[in-house]
Amino acid sequence: MSSNRRLDLDEVNDVTVARFTDKKILDESNIQIIGNQLFSLVDEDHRQKIVLDFTNVEYLSSAALGKLITMDKKVKASGGKLRLCSIRSDILEVFKITRLDKLFTIRENREKALEGF
Amino acid sequence: MPTRDERVEEFEVVIPSDTAAGQPVQDRIVQHLEALKYDDRDVFGVRLAIEEALVNAIKHGNRMDPNKTVRVFCRVNHQKIRIEVEDQGEGFVPSDVPDPTADENLERPCGRGIMLMRAFMTLIEYNAAGNRVVLEKHRSTETAG
Repeated sequence: MSSNRRLDLDEVNDVTVARFTDKKILDESNIQIIGNQLFSLVDEDHRQKIVLDFTNVEYLSSAALGKLITMDKKVKASGGKLRLCSIRSDILEVFKITRLDKLFTIRENREKALEGF
Repeated sequence: MPTRDERVEEFEVVIPSDTAAGQPVQDRIVQHLEALKYDDRDVFGVRLAIEEALVNAIKHGNRMDPNKTVRVFCRVNHQKIRIEVEDQGEGFVPSDVPDPTADENLERPCGRGIMLMRAFMTLIEYNAAGNRVVLEKHRSTETAG
């Protein structure tokens, strides 16, 4: 599998908006690649304010949730902030079932995620 | 002569201990559900549950051993879908898996697969050895209301 860019990055003032390009965040090797690209935003690029945009995402497994949790820890450890946005209702239910809606800051859309960041 | 509502699709495949090999199986099952006009939410839940079951079988059951395989059986009709996923590992005790929603576990990056299968499926059962899971989803539009 190629390791093409799996995140479309946008800079809005000092906030990085990373939009997943995949419809399905499933399958171990795929999730590994996406996870590494997420982590590099913090580890290599030292970005502090990050919004993850789920507009394109139709499926997401528990392994992907694991990467998001690790990402959240990395961002917090570096003194930054992470927000999630534009999550469709099926996937939002996954966050609610696992109570991860309490761990993450989730906003309805990109504009609301950027408000007061 | 069976009517459309009585039509049954059934297949069994054996895949290697490689999570990428699970994707075509998922696609095949989803195609059956879509052909039978299952609700989008049912399809979402079933695909998610198969993904979790296959990852558990391959990673935790077979421990990615290339000499071991995973058997997937699927039977789907107009009313429900039944999927069995069996690995060649030592099995486990589902009640030993810690509750991922407990405050102390909330930040652990793993341990949510079984919970998601339970949430989205009508039935989930393990055999006594803990190396085979049976998942059933009943069509939600016929049970709703």
